[in-house]
Amino acid sequence: MNTTNDNNFEQCLKCSVCTVYCPVLEVNPLYPGPKQAGPDGERLRLKGGAFYDEALKYCLNCKRCEVACPSGVKIGDIIQLAKIKYSKKKPGLRENMLANTDFMGSLATKMAPVVNLSVGLKPVKLAMDALFKIDAHRTFPSYASQTFESWFKKNAADKQDAFPHHITFFHGCYINYNYPQLGRDMVKVLNALGYGVHLMKNEKCCGVALMSNGLVEKAKRQAEGNIENIRHSVKDEHREVIGASSTCVFTMRDEYPHVLGVDNADVRDSISIATRFIYRLLDEGKAQLKFREDYKAKIAYHTPCHMEKLGWGIYSTLLLKMIPGVELTILESRCCGIGGTYGFKKENYATSQAIGAPLFRQIDNSGADFVATDCETCKWQIEMSTSLKVKHPISILAEALDEEETKRLNLR
Amino acid sequence: MKPIRKENEFDVIIVGGGITGVGTARDCALRGLKVLLLERFDFATGATGRNHGLLHSGARYAVTDAESASECIKENMILRRVAHHCVEEHDGLFISLPEDDINYQKTFVEACLEAGIRADVIDPREARRLEPSVNPTLIGAVRVPDGSIDPFRLSTANVIDAREHGAVVRTYSEVVGLIRDGQRVVGVTVFNHRTHQTENFYAPLTINAGGIWGHGIAAKVGVRVDMFPAKGSLLIFGHRVNNMVLNRCRKPANADILVPGDTVCVIGTTSSRVPFEECDNLSVTADEVDLLLGEGMKLAPALGTTRILRAYAGVRPLVAVDNDPSGRNISRGIVLMDHAARDGVEGFATIAGGKLMTYRLMAEWATDLACRKLGVDKKCVTMTEPLPGSREEEVKSTARHHDMKPHVEATEFYRHGERASMIDARNDLDTSLVCECEGVTVGEINYAVKELHVHSLIDLRKRTRLGMGTCQAEMCACRAAGIMGEALGCEHNAQEDLRSFLNERWKGVRPVAWGDTLRETEYSQWVYNAVCGME
Repeated sequence: MNTTNDNNFEQCLKCSVCTVYCPVLEVNPLYPGPKQAGPDGERLRLKGGAFYDEALKYCLNCKRCEVACPSGVKIGDIIQLAKIKYSKKKPGLRENMLANTDFMGSLATKMAPVVNLSVGLKPVKLAMDALFKIDAHRTFPSYASQTFESWFKKNAADKQDAFPHHITFFHGCYINYNYPQLGRDMVKVLNALGYGVHLMKNEKCCGVALMSNGLVEKAKRQAEGNIENIRHSVKDEHREVIGASSTCVFTMRDEYPHVLGVDNADVRDSISIATRFIYRLLDEGKAQLKFREDYKAKIAYHTPCHMEKLGWGIYSTLLLKMIPGVELTILESRCCGIGGTYGFKKENYATSQAIGAPLFRQIDNSGADFVATDCETCKWQIEMSTSLKVKHPISILAEALDEEETKRLNLR
Repeated sequence: MKPIRKENEFDVIIVGGGITGVGTARDCALRGLKVLLLERFDFATGATGRNHGLLHSGARYAVTDAESASECIKENMILRRVAHHCVEEHDGLFISLPEDDINYQKTFVEACLEAGIRADVIDPREARRLEPSVNPTLIGAVRVPDGSIDPFRLSTANVIDAREHGAVVRTYSEVVGLIRDGQRVVGVTVFNHRTHQTENFYAPLTINAGGIWGHGIAAKVGVRVDMFPAKGSLLIFGHRVNNMVLNRCRKPANADILVPGDTVCVIGTTSSRVPFEECDNLSVTADEVDLLLGEGMKLAPALGTTRILRAYAGVRPLVAVDNDPSGRNISRGIVLMDHAARDGVEGFATIAGGKLMTYRLMAEWATDLACRKLGVDKKCVTMTEPLPGSREEEVKSTARHHDMKPHVEATEFYRHGERASMIDARNDLDTSLVCECEGVTVGEINYAVKELHVHSLIDLRKRTRLGMGTCQAEMCACRAAGIMGEALGCEHNAQEDLRSFLNERWKGVRPVAWGDTLRETEYSQWVYNAVCGME
């Protein structure tokens, strides 16, 4: 299972700086903290499963401990792997519902109006709270009646080969089932830059929700399928793969090899997030962007945890700063508390909101028109917990873009 | 009715708080003798605390020393019952590598079976499945009932039981003279290192259980006990690499045993004769470290990339029988000397030789002699009577109602057996961790200080495992010093104690100070010099 160096946990010097940056520990005393749950606990667990602490379930896998660690210890991975190896709690119906974003999405989009209406109803929310321990405060993101994939096939696919350059777009579950508009924005921006957009032959959910809900074998099968498709795109079609969601991209680059033991070394560098891909094109002079003169917005950028771990928040903010009418505030980097499906679970609701509280205060006091961020679950959390709406940087680019002029510059 | 005796009069005085001494004190106390146990420093300071912690099956000695081998397997089976909280029963493998003579395996298995030791030849692939860390090039493997045993816990359990059966136990009490009445030893003169006072104690029998230092004790009455000080060095790794004991299937040689114990594993040993003067201050040389690491990697290649926590050395308390320069060929057998018969000195006996594995048998022999001399007719029960900590399968206590982390509770039970019920767990303070690497709580420290003869941080380490983990006391030393200061008051010179504890940790780190081990030390120094202002 584990392809990281088995002894990585020994590089820990016990400096405890990870403990300071752990958003969970700050608000939930039941969590032992990354140092104890990670490298310290690992030594004890080698003695036997009796030394496993079920409180590791409180880790929301934000990886901020890894960002903080000066010794390069993969603390979050150690915790994830320990949960997989030792936890006696088996995934139940709730975990299956939350984890199988693919399956649930394909069902729900078929009956989107009914599903959207019913999951928003108070009695349904209370029933889900009682039956599945999915917190009633949460609202499920609404499902689209047409998936991004089917829109793309009908309206965009046949135009893509005409472009001079090509890219493979990993849309992820959220764009496909809940928010196809972001996918359409992506196609618009990339096309304007001279890039034809192609989907993977058989895209599967990246599997992050499966992993965090204990469905590891299934996650592994999906990871293997995705990497095979990515390999085909990179090696045979010479197309890089980009995604819009920081978590999907992070999962495919780092969690696949570290947690699932799926080797991606030959293609890892060709998997990127859209804003990074675009910024580098512009920076290297390979493409140009032209924005509308009349676009004006005050934006506050929130760096998602996995964007922080990738070290790529800079690309999104530099791109947004290029838009002449944008006044950008970069919020202090803090976890919003949602942790993917973590915050949906009843037992984590209070922790989740307490973690996010300082971020919510910053946002409410920012004076911004809206928030920008690269992660869909951060979006849900921020929209639920603050007065502002959240947009993806790609959607902002699409809105601010002078499409004709940009096309003219890139498709000469 | 027994005549009333003075407070400083005993039936038997036992000199030496190693495993032999504490075992003898327990056995004597269980047989109703009034016992005084004297130790010049702390329990398990000598060879007892400086070995592999290997629960020998006896297989290692089967070919070369059949008597020791059969003693080992008998004691092995007894200790699994009576000291199960000190024992891990994970079995061991004797592996043959391509450079080893595979024919030796046959000789080895035959000798094991002869000595009554189960020895199953298994397929190398099966060996790799059972123990994934084993050298994958192995060509043969034999599975034997080896295990590991914690000598500190074992010593402590014997002390507790001795005391609960009336023994008086004094640490930091050095015997500076034997009191004679003609040709008879009638007592001892003791210097107390803590109070700096000298006292006399009297008993019709004094048993010398001083290990390698026993020759000096005997010399005080002109009795010659020739010991053979053979130094053995070992390395401790940062975590458990293996879960079964790994041995080489060949004649016993250097660095061919890797023992997993608690959170770590230990490779050893070397063997070289050292002068008596060195026994109190052993050091591990660079050559020894190279040898241990090089040979160790042949057993488990992963050792080459595993952090080494520290190096340490002990002296085997062998009784010299000939002029063997290495000490390897000396019998590890038990030597009991009644100096009345041997040297014409009444009231004095020496129990020596043997090893950790046979301490109980040594104690039985010594106590049998004591009973004969004192005219007491009581049978030994230590082969069936469980030690404190090994009496029950779980902790039963109502005082521990506080919400405790299950792994912390498991750790306390692992270390103290059912006696963990005496560790306070009433509130957040009791259950909070002091040593994060080894999971030692405030409650456990307070229990050790109150019940287990703890006078310094080094003593505390041996009762708990405080400071024995990855950071080598970087995080816990200061916290523990504070708690001890509170518990012991003015008696405890916290700053001096902290300094000597940290220096003791550094002594073991120094021979292996490279890589992450060195980074850790640098960080520790920074914490204690720059933050705590210690020099």
